Amino acid sequence: MMAPNYRRILLLLLCGLLLPVAARAAGLAAKASFKGTNEIVLSLANPADAKGLGDPANYRVSEEQNPDISLPVAQALVSADRSTVTLSFKGPLNTRLTHLVTLHQRATNKGQAPETFRVSKSYWGYLLSILVSALLINNFVFTKYLGLCVFFGTSKRKATAKGMGITFTIVMVVSAIMSWFFYQYILKPYQLGFLQVVIFIGLVSLTVQAVDTVLRKVNPTLFKAFGVYLVLVIANCVIIAVPLMLADNEYNFLESLMLALGAGGGFLLALYLMSSARERMELANIPPTFKGVPIAFIVAGQFALAFLGFSGLKLF
Amino acid sequence: MATDKTSLQLVTNGILNENPIFRLVLSMCPAVGISTTVMNGFMLGVAVLFVQVFSSCTISLFKNVIHPRIRIPTYTLTIATWVTVIDMVLAAYMPAAYAKMGIFIKLIVAFAIITMRLEMFACKESVTASFWDGVGMGLGFMFGMMSLGLVRELLGQGTILGHDVLGFKPLLFFVLPFAGFFCVGLMMAFFNYIELAYRRAKRA
Repeated sequence: MMAPNYRRILLLLLCGLLLPVAARAAGLAAKASFKGTNEIVLSLANPADAKGLGDPANYRVSEEQNPDISLPVAQALVSADRSTVTLSFKGPLNTRLTHLVTLHQRATNKGQAPETFRVSKSYWGYLLSILVSALLINNFVFTKYLGLCVFFGTSKRKATAKGMGITFTIVMVVSAIMSWFFYQYILKPYQLGFLQVVIFIGLVSLTVQAVDTVLRKVNPTLFKAFGVYLVLVIANCVIIAVPLMLADNEYNFLESLMLALGAGGGFLLALYLMSSARERMELANIPPTFKGVPIAFIVAGQFALAFLGFSGLKLF
Repeated sequence: MATDKTSLQLVTNGILNENPIFRLVLSMCPAVGISTTVMNGFMLGVAVLFVQVFSSCTISLFKNVIHPRIRIPTYTLTIATWVTVIDMVLAAYMPAAYAKMGIFIKLIVAFAIITMRLEMFACKESVTASFWDGVGMGLGFMFGMMSLGLVRELLGQGTILGHDVLGFKPLLFFVLPFAGFFCVGLMMAFFNYIELAYRRAKRA
């Protein structure tokens, strides 16, 4: 009897996700979108019946969470063919939040009620930007300097690097999902925020122990390949940093999943890059004082320098 | 099975022979991430010293009642408890320093050095020996962090503990976050060089 219920929940979840995409006002304005950080562009469906669109006083813009605070419109520019209006603001808008734009009566035809429409970014784009940000722009190894012990310990061979990276990503995703549930439904309602560290690290060790036991019984071959790395996962700072971050930022479920995937993938990427460089370094003629760990640090520094180039990357 | 080392030997062992940062190459994240000034290194060193000593003593006290199969989770939870304590103390009494170190205080819980000392030392030895071993390891970590901080602060900003000593900034490069990698690498190479030169002198 579980199956139909399950499906309904999934369907509801999907609807909830698609809601921001579908939310669009009918009537005068067909579409509203952000342009840059301090402009909103309205595309008009019926340009003919629009009067007084060029007057900034006819607009009222606010964030959806605090509708009482009106953001002043500095300028309203109507395009030559009267099909789009560009509203400019003095300061930058927080484009992550949904904004409400209200058109007063004077702008629309007489007798019409003021029209309100919502402006929001595509939610999928936002999710993707979290993923890419954790993967490249804020790579946990090269720009946040976390998980370095395991990073230097397991990046000598490509095979080891891949094994560690994949194991880590799996444990990371599972433990991040569990931490999210614990934080949202137990720690937050009962105000047990101070137990964050204890609970999160406990969940990680539980996950590792569980994966260890299950893998040993279900797939011994896979266990032989990846079992060694499981113990190392606990000693990796990233595994505890991600739950702490998603608790701090109040991420929702999907956002947490994306952050965990990005963190795991970023670690895998960093390990793979580093191991490729270190395999080559074994053939190189390195001064005896730099052999081993010191040269690995210097190379990691150069990678970090290269990853600094991603910092200007901006998505959506 | 008790160790035959004296307390002084245990402490110097942590600072020199088995220095967590330069010898064991453990707990590198803070060494790279926040070793930009001497003060940062000192503060994190104090926190690690506290956690290491108290967890070592706790595990050493309870070593006979911990089942070997669940010892790792037990260590982790013990460390997490002490980390929570120091986290709350620092947040209450030193909010400025706490804000600077950010997430790293909470991340002490995942520092390999502490778990490793519990596994290698505290679960076999007496409380007193574990206490001195914890002090040695904590001081060794603090020494490593502070020496890194000294090099980076002096070369990057020309200051020590915020006091201007050089009057100019020799290499701004060392203040930048990623320079931590270069700095650690160069210092390790420097220590290796001293060791090689020492051995060569001994042989001759």
